[in-house]
Amino acid sequence: MADEARPLVEVRGLKKHFVKGRDIWGRPTSVLRAVDGVSFHIRKGETFGLVGESGSGKSTVGRCILRLYDYTDGEVRFDGQDLSRLGDKQLKPFRRRIQSIFQDPYSSLNPGMNVLELIGEPMNIHGLYPGKEERAEVIAGLLEKVGLKRDHLYRYPHEFSGGQRQRISIARALSVRPEFVICDEPISALDVSVQAQVVNMLEDLQDEFGLTYLFIAHDLAMVRHISDRIGVMYRGRLVEVADSDELYDNPLHPYTQALLSAIPVPDPRAEIRRIRYEPHDWTGEPAELREVSPGHFVALS
Amino acid sequence: MKNRLLEVENLHVSFHTREGEVQAVRGVSLHIDHGETVGIVGESGSGKSVTAKAILSLIAPPGEITHGDIRFAGESLRGIPERKWRTIRGNRIAMVFQDPMTSLNPVKRVGDHLTEVIRRHRGLGRREALAEAVEMLRLVGIPEPELRVRQYPHELSGGMRQRVMIAMALSCRPELLIADEPTTALDVTIQAQILDLLKELKAKTSAAIALITHDLGVVAQVCSRVIVMYGGMVMEEGPVEEIFYRPKHPYTQGLLRSLPKRGGSSRERLSPIEGSPPDLRSAPKGCPFRDRCPHAMAKCGTMPPMVEVGEGHRAMCWLNDTDAQSDDHAGSGTEGGEGNGG
Ligand SMILES: Nc1ncnc2c1ncn2[C@@H]1O[C@H](COP(=O)(O)OP(=O)(O)OP(=O)(O)O)[C@@H](O)[C@H]1O
Ligand SMILES: Nc1ncnc2c1ncn2[C@@H]1O[C@H](COP(=O)(O)OP(=O)(O)O)[C@@H](O)[C@H]1O
Ligand code: SF4
Ligand SMILES: [Mg+2]
Ligand SMILES: [Mg+2]
Repeated sequence: MADEARPLVEVRGLKKHFVKGRDIWGRPTSVLRAVDGVSFHIRKGETFGLVGESGSGKSTVGRCILRLYDYTDGEVRFDGQDLSRLGDKQLKPFRRRIQSIFQDPYSSLNPGMNVLELIGEPMNIHGLYPGKEERAEVIAGLLEKVGLKRDHLYRYPHEFSGGQRQRISIARALSVRPEFVICDEPISALDVSVQAQVVNMLEDLQDEFGLTYLFIAHDLAMVRHISDRIGVMYRGRLVEVADSDELYDNPLHPYTQALLSAIPVPDPRAEIRRIRYEPHDWTGEPAELREVSPGHFVALS
Repeated sequence: MKNRLLEVENLHVSFHTREGEVQAVRGVSLHIDHGETVGIVGESGSGKSVTAKAILSLIAPPGEITHGDIRFAGESLRGIPERKWRTIRGNRIAMVFQDPMTSLNPVKRVGDHLTEVIRRHRGLGRREALAEAVEMLRLVGIPEPELRVRQYPHELSGGMRQRVMIAMALSCRPELLIADEPTTALDVTIQAQILDLLKELKAKTSAAIALITHDLGVVAQVCSRVIVMYGGMVMEEGPVEEIFYRPKHPYTQGLLRSLPKRGGSSRERLSPIEGSPPDLRSAPKGCPFRDRCPHAMAKCGTMPPMVEVGEGHRAMCWLNDTDAQSDDHAGSGTEGGEGNGG
């Protein structure tokens, strides 16, 4: 397929530096290199997982792709188009094609809107389904797709559980027929017994609509489950990228090894050999990602 | 009652809110023996934290312990005066909370946090207390403790702050340490270090530990016994291997089954528990798991009895009631044990 040849999303040399301090003339005196030279691609229909410790820059990568931030350097291509070069107007169609779902199902929904309005809002913005009846029909259909009911249409967010709210967020993201969805910790705030429901649903929707996902999460077992390929971030850089099973079975970077050995395995008989990661030299030029076997990249000096 | 350190009997806690009475804890009975590490698991809202706070008499209005008894080292803690509580709380029973930053004073040095506790509880002088503080930090695995005592909380990482909290809790040499989600806010690598620390402490100190978490992985790694809560009640309780390999309650079985299989190829479909947890504002009659239980039957509308199902292993489900022996349950929940240690 032609899809195979060109990735849907290409991130090249992405940098996002935040200014931490300024001198009295307002010139930056120190910067925080939240993302510092990250390159990866995501193929159409694929799920790319992003893992790494808190503060390693995962969400910042997602926000740069969404152009919620103007990045310091590098480029993000979507369907071949370099988004960094586009103005607001030219970006608009991409803001429809790229959607996001965030961690907190409580704060991410406007409490004053009912479900119909919540899901209809992105449609308004992008001028989709202007006919009232058709819209209500489409929204009701979406609700059923995410496992809610038609009679939920006129209810407000506080009337739903966390898992149900996350379903509403998902329906909202899907309402404008996106091709690519950035899922930033979409299940972390949910109850253990509800996480699997939402993950199954995300997978079903992906199959049905041919969606491409960037999936950011802390639960490494769940990331392995849902992702085709995974990138491991450490201090603003990717240290390893590989197919999920390959990454878990054959981690090469010492940080990846440490991370995987820290997973609390839900089996009391499991024997755990912890690997500690003590980075030694972070003053030198960091290593670049190199392909060590087909599709397996690692940054080792 | 050989070895009982803590016994909670038929505890009921309610919150009187505008929307009515929230029955957060509805008849919890549990015990913790000297020196053991017990995991208390359950989803958010299942009553874990409220139970812990009730044990320490920290339930404030609009909350109220409406019924039940709590005995510590053989003595009832219900209704003892606050003055007496001060000799117990943070002394014989210590607690560590989820977010270490809210429990540490940002303008007080790490060492002062520790020496204050040590001097108050052990009556040591300033210098001895400082030496003891350094020792405690060393015990919980903080590198260069002599240096760290002079730093402020914000200069430490999240994992180190949580260790300081644990060091503070341990420096009064409690008989019982209650840790409420001590690793939930932390990265996996740091969580692993804290869990290893708790395991080590089991060996080095004689304190019993009650570890509250929603993470079954955490429980499997450090606990010898597990209490499973749901809807403000204890659903099942037993030795860790029993719970993971021979769970006898449909909720425990469902939880274990919903986890991604280890070592299995990715993208194998997950088996979730359908539905969502009960709303405690209108506490359901009968089994709290009934709405989501694949085995629910007519009599589940009345409260099932807590039944002994193995050595030290109890479950509250009609399926285990011998008078009602139905055979579709046995062994249906053993998936949790699949895939051995790697
Ligand atoms: N708007 C901002 N202004 C300044 N610094 C920021 C901003 N957003 C993020 N940062 C910093 O950039 C770094 C990366 O943050 P980011 O949110 O991408 O981390 P993350 O990998 O998503 O972490 P977590 O797992 O905790 O969500 C952190 O040091 C963070 O404090
Ligand atoms: N201060 C409070 N006021 C009202 N309801 C409360 C209060 N604290 C806890 N609850 C309720 O009690 C129940 C159990 O809560 P909790 O013990 O904190 O659950 P968890 O198992 O997540 O620790 C929940 O339904 C919660 O909403
Ligand atoms: S008592 Fe009934 S509803 Fe409750 S867990 Fe057992 S079978 Fe299911
Ligand atoms: Mg983030
Ligand atoms: Mg809690």
